[in-house]
Amino acid sequence: MQFTQHILPNGLKVLLKEIHTAPLISHWLWVRAGSRDEGPGLSGVSHWVEHMQFKGTPMFPAGELDKTISRDGGFWNAMTYIDWTAYFETMPADKIDLALRLEADRFVNSQFDPKEVSSERTVIMSERQGSENSPMFLLDEDVQQAAFDTHPYKHEVIGYMADLETITRDDLYAHYKHFYVPSNAILAMAGDFDSAKMLARIEELYANIPAGAAPTRIASDEPAPEEERRVVTQGPGETVFVKAAYRSLRATDPDFFALSVADSLLAGPSNLNLFSGGISNKTSRLYQRLVEKDLAVGVSGGLQATIDPYLYDITITVHPNSTAEAAVAALDDEIKRLQDTAPKPEELARAVKQAKALFAYGSESITNQAFWMGFAEVFDSYAWFETYLNRLAAVTPADVQRAAQQYLRPERRVLGIYQPDGSLAEDGE
Amino acid sequence: MMAHTSIPGADDITRVELANGIVVLARENPNSKAVTVRGSLLAGGLLDPDDKLGLADFTASMLMRGTAQRDFQAIYDSLESIGASFGFNSGTHTTGFGGRSLAEDFGLLLQLGREALLSPVFPEAHVEKVRAQLLTGLSLRAQDTRDMASLLFDEMVYEGHPYARADEGHPHTIAPITRQDLVDFHEHNFGPRGMLIVVVGGISAAEAVEQVRAAFEDWQNPQQPAQVQLPPWQPLAQRAYRRLDIAGKSQSDLIIGTGGPLRKNPEYMAASLGNNILGRFGMMGRVGDSVREKAGLAYYAYSSLGGGLGPDPWLLEAGVNPSNEEQATDLIFKEIERFTSELVSEDELSDSQSNYIGSMPLSLESNGGVADALMSLERFGLGLDYYRKFPDEVRAVTREDVLAAAARYLKTDEMAIAVAGPPRGEVA
Repeated sequence: MQFTQHILPNGLKVLLKEIHTAPLISHWLWVRAGSRDEGPGLSGVSHWVEHMQFKGTPMFPAGELDKTISRDGGFWNAMTYIDWTAYFETMPADKIDLALRLEADRFVNSQFDPKEVSSERTVIMSERQGSENSPMFLLDEDVQQAAFDTHPYKHEVIGYMADLETITRDDLYAHYKHFYVPSNAILAMAGDFDSAKMLARIEELYANIPAGAAPTRIASDEPAPEEERRVVTQGPGETVFVKAAYRSLRATDPDFFALSVADSLLAGPSNLNLFSGGISNKTSRLYQRLVEKDLAVGVSGGLQATIDPYLYDITITVHPNSTAEAAVAALDDEIKRLQDTAPKPEELARAVKQAKALFAYGSESITNQAFWMGFAEVFDSYAWFETYLNRLAAVTPADVQRAAQQYLRPERRVLGIYQPDGSLAEDGE
Repeated sequence: MMAHTSIPGADDITRVELANGIVVLARENPNSKAVTVRGSLLAGGLLDPDDKLGLADFTASMLMRGTAQRDFQAIYDSLESIGASFGFNSGTHTTGFGGRSLAEDFGLLLQLGREALLSPVFPEAHVEKVRAQLLTGLSLRAQDTRDMASLLFDEMVYEGHPYARADEGHPHTIAPITRQDLVDFHEHNFGPRGMLIVVVGGISAAEAVEQVRAAFEDWQNPQQPAQVQLPPWQPLAQRAYRRLDIAGKSQSDLIIGTGGPLRKNPEYMAASLGNNILGRFGMMGRVGDSVREKAGLAYYAYSSLGGGLGPDPWLLEAGVNPSNEEQATDLIFKEIERFTSELVSEDELSDSQSNYIGSMPLSLESNGGVADALMSLERFGLGLDYYRKFPDEVRAVTREDVLAAAARYLKTDEMAIAVAGPPRGEVA
């Protein structure tokens, strides 16, 4: 596997990794624009722009973009997150030029036809309403909202309904023109190609796109909260959920890896791969304490690699015969145990072995390999990914204990509880 | 052996039938450090009594909760300490299993699989834990508009047929299941006849087969019943509509459809390509274009074709604002009517054919993808060279074939319309 990186004169960063195990290529274009770049009244604008990128350019009119890729047997999608927007196509190697041309084209030539903006508005509102049907979305949204005072991480990527009703075509277009510039983008490819030839083709397609100004950013450091915040979300159903969201660390923080190991011990390893499932967490400390003791029917942890400190969350599905209070008390006991006593070295060795296995599973997919290059580059660099296992292995028991003491204090968290409001549906009829 | 870049075929898939009836399929992937295993047994929800619906599912959920050799803790300690996974699930026809590990740990996966299948002990305390988890799952299902629309749809389309039943059961059918029921279900129904095991990854096929043989060839169960035969299914005599209110929701989920062809049916490929045109290709085919792209009514609007061992559904679904249920339904029916009365265009068919042929290597990229493909080969009797012949089979389908299959299966006056969403009038 040969990995190279280049920066074109206009600032576009290009990452190439040759993998010749199958006649496939995965092509990703990453733009450093996500909900962290959305100011008041504009929540959801990055995600909406992503939708508009499927609505046509003069060269690839609306309805043609998606068909063109599918016709050639490609697997493609796009996604928007708090820090980034990404577009990918994984295709038979001999067809990849289409993906290259299409992405280079819509990077600058999308039209944002007002009619398309208007029909997409209701599509996105429908997407949001579908999410609202889920108790966990409602709880997540309230917890996220409470976790930040000013940082745009406080709103969901999809945006508030009020903003979805009022964002204009010009808002969308301005966002597009501001952030979709070469110096703010990363092109990552993995698969069955020759790097020198591929680079030449990329240069050909992107060379004439002006560098543009570096986008201005609104996100700024927001200190961790100084006392615990609590929110209660009420909604339909019978099941109580608890979500404890601790102010986390940026992915570049040296303590990120110690916190990763703490997460693995508490709730099982978080799987950072996008295209490969995880493993069970039944021997994790929280599963043992909560599920084995009938306080919960499920528990999971989520640590994410982000540009600014985001949230490390622990989600508990409360046992029908237990209560949120009992589950939280047990959670606090387990965290205290990690703060009071350093874990055994064998627990750490196990966390590293689990991470190694997850990496091996993730590397089966070319799409996942290409994903990692751009993803790591957004918040740090590809070296972050390459050194991940070694840095995880270097974490000591004392590091994990200290990370738990420092970052898993109640005052750094929002404690959210989803409380059923008593309205019930019948099963079946 | 062939390079891994080739499509699986008779020359690089090893297929062996063990003396006790278990069929083993293995294929090496020299580029992988991991191994995926998948399999199935003939013990699914079809065997559940009506008053204990969900018994097969409950049994599957208990197999890893303790065996004669290891307790729950020891089972998951051995798996999770090496980053491996292994588990069971249950469907209508079969109980399935699957897992993966680093190649060096494959032996442990098989050993755990053997212990769970042959000697589960169903510890009483875990019966209650799992029951609470299943009941919580069912209470979440009751709140899920999509799940509930699907349940309603099955009840309507398959009335009087086993497919009308929900394999995971209902609270009132899970509550009375006893530990003895689980023990009996396992004892009577789990056996090697009809069992399938697929191994794909960084292990030679010959070695994989020998390890499976060593782990399972001595298993016998004289009690194992004959495979359940599905009764015939009759489509609805007339179009039917039902709606379920679920308070406090924002969106309605809508499902329209009927039973489709079996996977083995010669018309299946024509139906599948047609389905791709109708509600998948590009951004969800014609239906996506009409309901999502043009009318802006839904985030998702697509069609799906089951194609299994029985008359699995051919359906169209969409998530819409409750005030748009009728409009979306009308648009979907318009598309079905056009699809069942007019030939698809030459471009549409050739686009979908290219899409199927071009995307096949991608679906076979990971060990899991190949394992799924090998499972299908065996389950539906497609032949080991099926994926090599696949492009020819796809290209052989004509526009007339698509129309014939569409008209045969998608009769609009035999369709069920199932909707679950907030009570009308509750949402602005």
